[in-house]
Amino acid sequence: MCGIVGLFLKDKKLEPQLGAMLSTMLGTMCERGPDSAGFAIYGAPSNGKTKITVQSATPDKDFADLAKLLKTETGVTADIKAKSTHAVVTVASDKADAVTEAIRAKHPSIRIMGVGETIEIYKEVGYPTEVAKQFDLTKMQGSHAIGHTRMATESAVTTLGAHPFSTGPDQCLVHNGSLSNHNSVRRQLKKDGMTFETENDTEVAAAYLTWRMKQGMNLGEALEKTIDDLDGFFNFVVGTKNGFGVVRDPIACKPAVMAETDEYVAFGSEYRALVNLPGFDKARVWEPEPSTVYFWER
Amino acid sequence: MRTVDLATTPLRALNEDLHRQKDGANEASWEVLNPRGAHAVAVGVDAPIAIDVKGSVGYYCAGMNKKAAITVHGSAGPGVAENMMSGKVVIKGDASQYAGATGRGGLLVIEGNASSRCGISMKGIEIVVKGNIGHMSAFMAQSGSLVVLGNAGDALGDSIYEAKLFVRGSVKSLGADCVEKEMRPEHHEALGKLLEKAGLKDVKSSEFKRYGSSRKLYNFNIDNADAY
Repeated sequence: MCGIVGLFLKDKKLEPQLGAMLSTMLGTMCERGPDSAGFAIYGAPSNGKTKITVQSATPDKDFADLAKLLKTETGVTADIKAKSTHAVVTVASDKADAVTEAIRAKHPSIRIMGVGETIEIYKEVGYPTEVAKQFDLTKMQGSHAIGHTRMATESAVTTLGAHPFSTGPDQCLVHNGSLSNHNSVRRQLKKDGMTFETENDTEVAAAYLTWRMKQGMNLGEALEKTIDDLDGFFNFVVGTKNGFGVVRDPIACKPAVMAETDEYVAFGSEYRALVNLPGFDKARVWEPEPSTVYFWER
Repeated sequence: MRTVDLATTPLRALNEDLHRQKDGANEASWEVLNPRGAHAVAVGVDAPIAIDVKGSVGYYCAGMNKKAAITVHGSAGPGVAENMMSGKVVIKGDASQYAGATGRGGLLVIEGNASSRCGISMKGIEIVVKGNIGHMSAFMAQSGSLVVLGNAGDALGDSIYEAKLFVRGSVKSLGADCVEKEMRPEHHEALGKLLEKAGLKDVKSSEFKRYGSSRKLYNFNIDNADAY
């Protein structure tokens, strides 16, 4: 089943409330995906810095000396903010690749959730409202955010199998549905140098978009291509550094509702997810059409 | 008038109360406040009562309805009036996918648009949509009528049996075995009555085209045996 919520703010005044708004939306979608949850939140960029969100099953052990170890291993000064099982490692942007590489090579118990100038990704196994509480989602601020509640079908219930998936800087994707050609698409993308962390079908969709955007397409163009190249059931909600996109497959059996006001654009798997948004009674509410790409940039 | 506020009353209490109503019920008029997208609002009612739902509902509103007149003053999620037996359901806004699915009787009026699979596997229900309908509508529709004042999406009436489809606007494409058919006097008469029943007095049956089964999928054609 799965539940998706997404929120893209047009009005900067709402930015301090982004986490609280998304948290309420996520809470309404618990029944659609009680086994795990996750969210990506796009905060304010800080000049020349990149954030690497990492996760560990043994955070006390792994994060305590991480700054010191990374300094020794790479010579880079990293600022580390631990939040439960996750930590945000902030480094100078030109050193981000080296630090990411060092974490992958020398810290096998630490997993990289996402990398970018504005994105932070948090995901865990557990009931969605508990996961939101675990990471203090209500206090987070930013311009846009995407959340997901998962009922697993195509791969195991693990932290890495939870959504969002991030396969490129400041990019993330959540998915409701299941892909049937993910193995063949994964093989093609691997040939083109894309790397994968899981056997999950959604990660293939995320990597596919990253691959298309590397070819120079914008988010909207890349989403158009998913309709031709990905087979199966899907509602995708996608974030980039300054963009927010939605696409549904041609069969469109997975539910979707959208709402737009002058202040925001919101996506929910159900109407219930949207009713608590400010000014919702005056919002334009519609069901996104099949095979149609919707995207916003700022 | 009985008023039930879903902001303070659990949905299950509302539906249990509605299920207690029988023929000749004293409380013939109900109002439901603050549905806020709740699922299964007024499902399984079996009494000639009127229910006004003030707001939008989630999945399966008015499912299995018998005798009741249910009006949703908002939009409806997937499966509204699914398997309706009799009575009348009116949606003032839009309806999501598979509205009126498998319905056996009664009248479903959607004043806005209906999305995909409207009237899928319908078995006697009458559905009138003032706006457009989405793809795969009336798929395997067996009997009853689907009337669309706007346009129909792809694959209308795929694998249809004997349901009657009337569309005023365009049809993006017809599904397998669905064809346009002539409007004979009896079709004008039946459609005219149905439009009147749905409160559409200014709409003429002559504005519509009729679609139905060409009956080629009814029996296996032995000439196709090599294809399997």
